[in-house]
Amino acid sequence: MAERAYLILEDGSVYEGRGFGAPVAASGEVVFNTSMTGYQEALTDPSYAGQLLAMTYPIQGNYGTNSRDDESGRVQVNGFVVREHCTAPSQRLMTATLHDYLLERGVPAISGIDTRALTRRLRSAGVMMGCLVQDEDPAEALARLLAAPRYGVSDLVPSVSAERPFAWPPAGVYAPVDGDADSRPRHRIVLLDLGVKYNIMRSLRRLGCDVMAMPATTDAETVLSLNPDGVVLSPGPGDPVLLDYAVATVKGLIGRTPIMGICLGHQVAALALGARTFKLKFGHRGANHPVKDVASGRVQITAQNHGYAVDSDGLPASVDVSHVHLNDGTVEGLRGREAPLLTIQYHSEAAPGPLDNMYLFERFVEMVGAKA
Amino acid sequence: MTMPSKVLILGSGPIVIGQAAEFDYSGSQACRALREEGVTTVLVNSNPATIMTDEGIADVVYIEPLTVEVVERVIARERPDGLLPTLGGQTGLNLAVALADAGVLERYDVRLLGTPLEAIHKAEDRELFKQTLAAIGEPVPESETVTSFEQAAAVCGRISLPLVIRPAYTLGGTGGGIAHTEAEYESIVRGGLAASPISQVLVERSLLGWKEIEYEVVRDGADNCVTVCNMENLDPMGVHTGDSIVVAPSQTLTDKEYQMLRSAALKIIRALGIEGGCNIQFGLAPRPDIVPWAWPDGSEATPGDRFDLPPYYVIEVNPRVSRSSALASKATGYPIARVAAKIAVGRRLDEIANAVTERTTAAFEPALDYCVVKIPRWPFDKFPFGDRHVGTQMKATGEVMAIDRSFEAALQKAIRSLEIGGRSLLWEDPSWVGDPCARSMEATDERLWTVMAALRRGAETIEVARKSGIDPWFIERLQNIIAAERRLLAEPLTRDLLREAKRLGFSDAQVGTLADRLPEQVRDLRKDWNLRPVFKMVDTCAAEFDAVTPYFYSTYEEENEAPALDGDKVLVVGSGPIRIGQGIEFDYASVHAVWALQEAGYKAIIANSNPETVSTDFDTSNRLYFEPLDEESLREILHNEETEDGVAPGTIVQFGGQTGISLAEPLYRTARQIVGSSYETIDLAEDRRRFEDFLNKLGIPQPPGAGVHTVEEALATAQQIEYPVLVRPSYVLGGRAMEIVHNASELIRVLTSILESSDGKPVLIDKYLEGREVEVDAVCDGEDVLIPGIMEHIERAGVHSGDSMAVYPGLNLTPNEVDTIVDYTRRIGLALDVRGLMNVQYVIMSEPRGASTVYVLEVNPRASRTVPFISKATGVPLVRLAVNCSLGRTLADQGFKGGLWPRQPLVAVKVPVFSMAKLIGVDTYLGPEMKSTGEVMGVDATFPAALAKAVIAADFVLPPNGGALLSLSDHTKPDAIPVIRRLHQAGYRLYGTEGTAAEIRALGIPVEQVAKRLNEGHPNVLDVIEAGLVDCVINTPEGGRATAMKDGFQIRRAAAERRIPCFTSIDTARAATEALLAGSQTFNVLPIDAYRRGDGV
Ligand SMILES: Nc1ncnc2c1ncn2[C@@H]1O[C@H](COP(=O)(O)OP(=O)(O)O)[C@@H](O)[C@H]1O
Ligand SMILES: Nc1ncnc2c1ncn2[C@@H]1O[C@H](COP(=O)(O)OP(=O)(O)O)[C@@H](O)[C@H]1O
Ligand SMILES: [Mg+2]
Ligand SMILES: [Mg+2]
Repeated sequence: MAERAYLILEDGSVYEGRGFGAPVAASGEVVFNTSMTGYQEALTDPSYAGQLLAMTYPIQGNYGTNSRDDESGRVQVNGFVVREHCTAPSQRLMTATLHDYLLERGVPAISGIDTRALTRRLRSAGVMMGCLVQDEDPAEALARLLAAPRYGVSDLVPSVSAERPFAWPPAGVYAPVDGDADSRPRHRIVLLDLGVKYNIMRSLRRLGCDVMAMPATTDAETVLSLNPDGVVLSPGPGDPVLLDYAVATVKGLIGRTPIMGICLGHQVAALALGARTFKLKFGHRGANHPVKDVASGRVQITAQNHGYAVDSDGLPASVDVSHVHLNDGTVEGLRGREAPLLTIQYHSEAAPGPLDNMYLFERFVEMVGAKA
Repeated sequence: MTMPSKVLILGSGPIVIGQAAEFDYSGSQACRALREEGVTTVLVNSNPATIMTDEGIADVVYIEPLTVEVVERVIARERPDGLLPTLGGQTGLNLAVALADAGVLERYDVRLLGTPLEAIHKAEDRELFKQTLAAIGEPVPESETVTSFEQAAAVCGRISLPLVIRPAYTLGGTGGGIAHTEAEYESIVRGGLAASPISQVLVERSLLGWKEIEYEVVRDGADNCVTVCNMENLDPMGVHTGDSIVVAPSQTLTDKEYQMLRSAALKIIRALGIEGGCNIQFGLAPRPDIVPWAWPDGSEATPGDRFDLPPYYVIEVNPRVSRSSALASKATGYPIARVAAKIAVGRRLDEIANAVTERTTAAFEPALDYCVVKIPRWPFDKFPFGDRHVGTQMKATGEVMAIDRSFEAALQKAIRSLEIGGRSLLWEDPSWVGDPCARSMEATDERLWTVMAALRRGAETIEVARKSGIDPWFIERLQNIIAAERRLLAEPLTRDLLREAKRLGFSDAQVGTLADRLPEQVRDLRKDWNLRPVFKMVDTCAAEFDAVTPYFYSTYEEENEAPALDGDKVLVVGSGPIRIGQGIEFDYASVHAVWALQEAGYKAIIANSNPETVSTDFDTSNRLYFEPLDEESLREILHNEETEDGVAPGTIVQFGGQTGISLAEPLYRTARQIVGSSYETIDLAEDRRRFEDFLNKLGIPQPPGAGVHTVEEALATAQQIEYPVLVRPSYVLGGRAMEIVHNASELIRVLTSILESSDGKPVLIDKYLEGREVEVDAVCDGEDVLIPGIMEHIERAGVHSGDSMAVYPGLNLTPNEVDTIVDYTRRIGLALDVRGLMNVQYVIMSEPRGASTVYVLEVNPRASRTVPFISKATGVPLVRLAVNCSLGRTLADQGFKGGLWPRQPLVAVKVPVFSMAKLIGVDTYLGPEMKSTGEVMGVDATFPAALAKAVIAADFVLPPNGGALLSLSDHTKPDAIPVIRRLHQAGYRLYGTEGTAAEIRALGIPVEQVAKRLNEGHPNVLDVIEAGLVDCVINTPEGGRATAMKDGFQIRRAAAERRIPCFTSIDTARAATEALLAGSQTFNVLPIDAYRRGDGV
């Protein structure tokens, strides 16, 4: 039987459960995700770096883990919080249970938590810092938590970005190409890796793009020297205002090459254009967020994972808001009036989540094609 | 698109297997949604036991047959500018299509709202559907559509057996099946062609054993689409989704699989052009180590790398709100019918408010933070001799749903909700001994228990998965339950262990059985250890937003979200799953009780387990507890609603059928208040022995009889009161296990079987009185008794009241008889001290010289099946009056007085409807045990017109110049003479078995004699039925269940399978032939209230 474990929030709330995964302590910003499937993709999503991820769906690990559903080279969350984890999963591709998978990767997790109570807490009080401990006095752990640095004060991007440029797909990464990718016109896309998910690169590849991923700190001239047909700014973790280097790079790219910004990439582009960003109370994390296309009035269901958003006040005249969140009206996408620029706050690559927004990659590729 | 100003909504008619209460739920929701939009609604439905036919739900209500002719007259009278076809089930949809095809819609300029006709055709016509899907590259299983058996025969060579046969434009798998042999193939194809309104069936490659996954999808006119939820069938393909255990959301799908099917669903709804809701069913390849042949490279497939995603096929699309969408609505809190109705009048998803959160819109996809399990409720407790296999044709009459934070707990709560004699997962049939794995794991209503038994004896997960086709994930969950069972058996009961058991959904009774304690002791332990369920909200958004829905489920977790409601409040116990004997009528009563409480200034709380109903709509009550209706959950709900000083609200049990009544005892025992008739009243009426003394003291006659505990006592009693006698256990509903017995040897046989399952309760033996049966519903305030009307049965006593045709007002009763009935009812009500409703059944025995004696058959101290019928016929708001009387107000306070309510200028006829074609192996013979699943009402100014309409609505109209097969028992022959003459007069060709033919010939009427037994040459009875020579069968069996029944059984089943009416009571046949002769006479088509005003006269 697993060890007694605790999830402790900075406001002093203590949730008791059982440890699984690696028997180590961890801390981070506690966030919740309402997606009912896709835990493996979420665990490996670099945007969750520095966070403890709680899933609202109570039964996790039903189909185990496999060699295809990783979205990056490692588990990115600091810790995982669930109501129940399945120890006898069923899936033809399964290679490990959720427990073994996390154990092997040194990531702690806790089960038996009333994750709905936790979610309600976070929803009303806002996200907060928390820690996961096993067999430790909760009071001591809380003291340690309060003394530790908070999420959002340090830049997490360098820890998740590629250290060296790489071409997609790197060796050993699952990268099927289906459809007619090879018969399409080829485009050379440079991707600024702020914490990219594999499925962005898979999706681009499927549309005939050759993707070269560059470290987050790459400057504009270096990017342009690669002669890209277009540039993609990837999602990633943390507060965009810490990313002055990336903002500078993007400033140097806008207007000179077609740009698609996704999530953090969207925020960085907005900052480069002179907009402001702010922190949401508890973020948008899930696979059911309705977003309205301002031009067509159409609503799409989107996958989201972000804690910061672009302020609709003070947007520069050079862009239009192309998408808004139907529930809270926050900015969900921008479009350059002149410059070939398309950004979205949500995840068109899904993984996990609905595939309704893949068309945005097509739009981007059209933009790239039009320029060429 | 301009918003229509007046919209016609078609209901789904009587409840039959495959089409149940869910369409009352969707229709009522649609009416309310349209009213919100300022649209006037006109509703047509023949089923009186529905909320949608209440005045106040729609603006104008027609309780009329659902035929093209009748609806055309409604249209001509009302001149609606729109018709909403997709909320009345398959019946409503097919009728709308027929109206369009007949040019009616065009003639009166009625626009079809929502999903266009073309989309309906594309989805329902199996051939067009295939073509549409092929055009968008969505895979369908290899198949061919055929319209004749000759065509079908050719297919059998091209696609190999087993083959699946699926008729077009039907539901509930009607007429379909899986053929493993050529002989089966022929019979199923022929049956399927007969069942399809366009004589078209699809013959398809079998995907037996594949995962069956459903998506509920909604699309608006601006092409915005969302999936409301997906559901996974625990029982794989080959078992109809309506007969499958279903979980929401899917449990075994990876995100990629989930999204693959979701994307396909959106693509399909767009290609079809549906505007509103639809249900899409997929078959998804199961694990190759479970069903190897599902994979393209067959048995060699290993869990490996060859396929990025598993193959799948689209099985079907229902272009309308369906049973599954009702389930999805209740499972998620997303009101699909409401949204579909608004879309139909031009609203976009993002313009429709999410009533649950009040801050988001309908343009989103619900996120669940719990697991939902649905289990079908089959009628095999009533029909133990029916074929219990479940397949592609639905057999369940209803279903239950349960919600919890783990699959195990949701499953176990759902089982508690089934109300099959307190049966938990621990139940095993005594015959299941020996090697459990040797047992077949074919799909039957008991498969879950068979699987549990095998696992308990050590069967391997993978082995069980291979034999049953159930995904190992589910089997592993059952293993978890079994592991907990073992711990409870072996270990001392600690707080941790008990908590774990409760989190897996074990009831106190189950824990008690395993840990050797009484349920009450387990409850005490929980109290000592502070182990109490909390209640969590169903909010559509996994707690992301603050929500306002008062919709809760219990779970053993940390945080309670349902603090006791403030103020005066009352708990209404619902009626659980729809089953034979306890149908939608009781939901009708529960919902009205809620409304009446609210009008009286109370907060109404409802507890129920049935996802199909209006009562479990999140905005029906002030608070909804979606819970099993048993002692444990009722007590927890009341505990949760206690005020700080420990006072729980009162509970109303009289509207929840027998479910409610059986909860009176635990309420009484635990000193909780019952609002309305007390436990004492209930027990006095229900305990037949006490009741007998009670009537004796009042000097009111009843059939002589006694309660007995042994065979010896029984024989003595029967001898004294004389055969025939009626035998039954006490405390049952729907005449269960009740039989008419003609002699001692039959009595011994019948009694032995009843005594086995009677739990020490007495068995009742009464003199069988074959007189006229009459029933009344009445409301009593302790001082006065109001009788809204008297209903006279067409069939004489012996046919269960639920299976009898009934007429309001009693047309053949003498003033004396009426007075006696009113007097008895009044005296009984007062002496029992009834507060609220009661139902009394009488039998009248005529005596020489016009005299007669009225006997009381039984008193039900609760709302009965006929409450909606009589309320609608008379306009007396029975439930409201009963609720107020229960709360302590008098009838006089409410402006009513006692006695018989004045006769209305109308005649209303109630006709039961059966689902016999679906229940293979069940005898259709009508007796004291109830068999019908639903009912219709025909109402008009005169009896012949009302009868004609009721017969049309119940779909047993006899065509002119048809043929009839008669096989009559001797003692019914004299009564049959007028029937025979009438058939002859109507131009019928008559066929008769030997004795009957002789009788007919003696009347000078031509008849063709046919052999009764199948081995006595041709033509025999089956030949004439199967050759389609006859349009009805009249078969009155001799005596009880003995061998004489067997000859008739074949005839009756053959008629059921050919879907032709079979009358087993001469009285029913008389009514049907009367209607036949009256056929050409005209009837009115008017709103129900117009008849009461006398407009029909
Ligand atoms: N090709 C097939 N192979 C195996 N089972 C099938 C196949 N097609 C349908 N079924 C089963 O038959 C059931 C009923 O079929 P369906 O066409 O959905 O009937 P209905 O329209 O009455 O709902 C399905 O739920 C599924 O379990
Ligand atoms: N003594 C009797 N003589 C004739 N018919 C009877 C007698 N008792 C019951 N019945 C018939 O059996 C039916 C069912 O009996 P009832 O007592 O009403 O059972 P339930 O509680 O199931 O409604 C009645 O509707 C009536 O037709
Ligand atoms: Mg179906
Ligand atoms: Mg009765």
